[in-house]
Amino acid sequence: MIQFVLLISRQGKVRLTKWYSPYTQKERTKVLRELSGVILARGPKLCNFVEWREYKVVYKRYASLYFCMCIDQDDNELEVLEIIHHFVEILDRYFGSVCELDLIFNFHKAYYILDELLIAGELQESSKKTVARLIAAQDSLVETAKEQASSISNMIAQATK
Amino acid sequence: MAGFSVMDTLFQRTLDDLIKGLRLQLMGESAFLSKALDEIRREAKSTDPDTKSAALLKLTYLSSLHFYDMSFAAFHVVELLSSTRFSHKKIAYHAASHSFDDSTPVLVLITNQLRKDLTSTNEFEVSLALECLSRIATVDLARDLTPEIFTLLASSKVFVRKKAIGVVLRVFDRYPDSVRVCFKRLVENLETSDSQVVSVAVGVFCELALRDPTSYLPLAPEFYKILVDSKNNWVLIKVLKIFAKLAPLEPRLAKRVVEPVCEHIRRTGAKSLLFECIRTVVSSLSDYEHAVKLAVVKIREMLVDDDPNLKYLGLQALSVVAPKHLWAVLENKEVVIKSLSDVDPNIKLESLRLVMAMVSESNVAEISRVLVNYALKSDPEFCNLILGSILSTCCRNVYEIIIDFDWYVSLLGEMSRIPHCQKGEEIEKQLIDIGMRVKDVRPELVRVSRDLLIDPALLGNPFLHRILSAAAWLSGEYVEFSVNPFELMEALLQPRTSLLPPLLKAIYIQSAFKVLIFCLNSYLLLRGDAASSSYSDKLVPDVPGLFSERDSVGCSDLASCDAPVEAELDEGFNPRDLNQSFGGLSVEYGGEETSTCGQASASASLKDSFTHESITNLLNRVELAVVPLTRSYDVEIVERARNVHCFIELIKPQMPDCLVQKEESSDTEEAEASKIIKLMHDAFSNDLGPISVSAQERVSVPDGLVLVENLEDLETICGDVQLPSLNSFSHGSSHFEEMAGVSIPIFQSKEEPGPSNECTSLLAEHRKQHGLYYLPSEKKDGDYPPANDPQLQANSNDDEDLAKLTEQLLVSKKKPNHAKPRPVVVKLDGDQVPIAAGPHSQEDLLSGTVRDVLLGSETKPTTRSSTKRKGKEKLNVDSTTESKENLGDVEKQDQGNSSTRKSKPHTHSKGRRHRSPGKKGDEGEENCQKAKPKSSGRHKARQRADAPLNVVSQTPVIPDFLL
Repeated sequence: MIQFVLLISRQGKVRLTKWYSPYTQKERTKVLRELSGVILARGPKLCNFVEWREYKVVYKRYASLYFCMCIDQDDNELEVLEIIHHFVEILDRYFGSVCELDLIFNFHKAYYILDELLIAGELQESSKKTVARLIAAQDSLVETAKEQASSISNMIAQATK
Repeated sequence: MAGFSVMDTLFQRTLDDLIKGLRLQLMGESAFLSKALDEIRREAKSTDPDTKSAALLKLTYLSSLHFYDMSFAAFHVVELLSSTRFSHKKIAYHAASHSFDDSTPVLVLITNQLRKDLTSTNEFEVSLALECLSRIATVDLARDLTPEIFTLLASSKVFVRKKAIGVVLRVFDRYPDSVRVCFKRLVENLETSDSQVVSVAVGVFCELALRDPTSYLPLAPEFYKILVDSKNNWVLIKVLKIFAKLAPLEPRLAKRVVEPVCEHIRRTGAKSLLFECIRTVVSSLSDYEHAVKLAVVKIREMLVDDDPNLKYLGLQALSVVAPKHLWAVLENKEVVIKSLSDVDPNIKLESLRLVMAMVSESNVAEISRVLVNYALKSDPEFCNLILGSILSTCCRNVYEIIIDFDWYVSLLGEMSRIPHCQKGEEIEKQLIDIGMRVKDVRPELVRVSRDLLIDPALLGNPFLHRILSAAAWLSGEYVEFSVNPFELMEALLQPRTSLLPPLLKAIYIQSAFKVLIFCLNSYLLLRGDAASSSYSDKLVPDVPGLFSERDSVGCSDLASCDAPVEAELDEGFNPRDLNQSFGGLSVEYGGEETSTCGQASASASLKDSFTHESITNLLNRVELAVVPLTRSYDVEIVERARNVHCFIELIKPQMPDCLVQKEESSDTEEAEASKIIKLMHDAFSNDLGPISVSAQERVSVPDGLVLVENLEDLETICGDVQLPSLNSFSHGSSHFEEMAGVSIPIFQSKEEPGPSNECTSLLAEHRKQHGLYYLPSEKKDGDYPPANDPQLQANSNDDEDLAKLTEQLLVSKKKPNHAKPRPVVVKLDGDQVPIAAGPHSQEDLLSGTVRDVLLGSETKPTTRSSTKRKGKEKLNVDSTTESKENLGDVEKQDQGNSSTRKSKPHTHSKGRRHRSPGKKGDEGEENCQKAKPKSSGRHKARQRADAPLNVVSQTPVIPDFLL
């Protein structure tokens, strides 16, 4: 299974972290420091796999972002590379040619998309279309909820409570 | 309060503001963040859900990207979870799944909220709750929510169902008894038409099977069907993983699967699936020759691919196949060895592992040669990896693969000279180990040691000090094999030994002592022979001149002992005095060295060299070197130096006498001297052998001796006791300075001993005298090139040479005939340390339950278990509350003794209070009318019910239609 997902920028800044196994905040910082050191140091034409502790880390660079997934020894590296690519494609579709800034300002949306893609460290949906549809449906739910909240009557009710 | 809330809402910083502020960095990141955190703390307490949700969103952001602790907000997250608005819920669930863990105290509060959301009509709310549960489920949550999960496993909405399947993994993990409830539905999901659902279900089974494959053997038919029918690569990969685990357990299954797997290999275009097939074949189906052949063909394609990923994975696959089918590796030898110089360190490492897997008795020499050449030209890190793997491979199983130890020992010597070599400790260990275990190799060991010792440049590299100390020890211990002990003595006493850390320096002194004893003893023996055969002593003419010289030196030395103040003065002239006489000697040695090739001529010249003059000079030389050391700072050095010094003092007055007065037959004194020498010689000549690891165990503990079991407090005592660190090795040279009258100790850097003037002149003197031990001087006096200067190493490590060597290795496939038989290697029973079987009971609870369910329901339904299961299923379907009660009971029986869950008693007692009516009835049904109010009674009943199941579970049955 996938232990965690990390998005690291080329400068070593973290853009997204998702942990499927328990790590304390302290461990998380340590893991990140260790891995970004290893991965960012690797040149462009090397293989996309790194052995790390008793796990393997599969990473791929898209523009200025490194997408990293940590997997067990038995897992299939190529499959995980495909999952990463899959995730990137969905992000791309959702944001319309995604760039790092999109992920910086919509970090929670990137999480929601990831949550539709993976569950408990396993791939749950391999269809891009389905994920896009589900995300859109939830977005509209959020929007309607927000609209209700920001309607004037609601504001007045709030203020006079 | 209301005003506060509105103002708060209107002027609250949103997540966007926070991110923008962070990026602008007007006031420094940490200051900005702590300010933002203060705001969030305040806002999170707000009663307005909008404010709260925005605050939590910001907090989650900071926590996930800047790793701030957000446990303080746990309760606010729980508050927000109960919001009716979807947008709030979403943020709250996200925060919860990000920050909650098993120790979060408020987890007990969210059970009802989760239940409510899991049964919600809004599928997205269900999905949120499932998503969160998959991350945070604890034992309590898993137990309490099992009925809801069970319902959702059959949900008509695919979207929800597949998430429920994903959650099952965590729920099973936490609360194994949920298997009894959910397993059947999980299996049903394997057979649905929706490929997404199948995919997730297979994923769950894959994960479960990885932990305990045996339990899932009965499901093989279902998996087989998927393997043959499915066209979805994601699913196929997972199924292959499952079969990779199951096939080794059941040979009939392996036979059945091998064809479909090969079919996939031939047919598929997807690299990931192809690789999975290959891995399955090489790891689990390696008994099927044709499958392995097919896989190796595909591996070869991967190896020559341009994609570094495929190359890396190909190498990995090869290393899996290597132990059983070495031919596969040998076939691809060329590519593997070429990969040693790949740009990617990971690929290099992988190919190194493979190369090491190829090593056998017949090719260890060639492979080591190639590897050492690669080590010469690679970066320090990889170089040491190569050296480390050569060392560990060769010493495996008490040097199992080494036949020619002479070769191996010289390889060790060569490795020590490789630039970047940092394997000093390991090489030291092996040198000494081989010396003790293999008698026949000792002459070669001494030769290699001599070569190492004699090179003053090596002393400058702290990484080699351990090797040098081993060399010193060996040449002292086995000095009888030495071609030229005088030369050895020079090497052991050379000035640059002051660079050694004190402990190692002490070893040098001790070895010098041994060499000295050996020389004296040989001399005496020789003289004894000569005396007995013919009385005409050819030494006599030398005596007068030498005698006078020696006398003066002896006097001054005696004086130095009496009055240390004078000694400082003496040091000034002593060396010169001595060096004159040594000038002649070293020339003599130089000539000798060229002539000593074979053992025979060596011993002949050795005999010649034990003249009276040479012995006397040796004594003086040692004394000169040792006396200053008796005032060293280090106890070990002082101790050893004193030993040597005292011995010389003891011997010296008698040596000349017995020489001169031999004719006058003053036998008493001569006898005394030779007696002492003989005594010492005997003391040193006892062979040291290896010690069995279990030696201590064989010594029975004497009565009355109480052994402390727990040695933890020892650590506080020994905590500060460490091996001499590198920065302590300026001791020796600072000592020189003190003698020269400089009383302020000068602290010197590691690299540069920074010799004082006195030191430099001594060194220069020495250099002039013993040019043979020094590298040609290109630089200033006393400034040695680093021992591991690549430029100085043989220039033969060109790529061309490497290629040629590699080719040779590739071409020479016939086994070289070993002319020499393998020497005896002393082995002790303790050498093979038995590998303790790892504890293997972690998953027992879960797998036990799975086995119960699978075998109990599908293959051999015993009457009892079937009624029990039926009863339970009915309960589950009929009413959730009843099934809950049921679960609670089972839980209690199974895990009543586990003390890990603190919160359990609380919820449990609560459950009992709520549902006490009807409880007895349920119980009765479950336990086949054996309900007793006391838990011990219930426990017994359950055991009885389980007994037949356990018997069944030991012989997993696979339906025959598959096999």
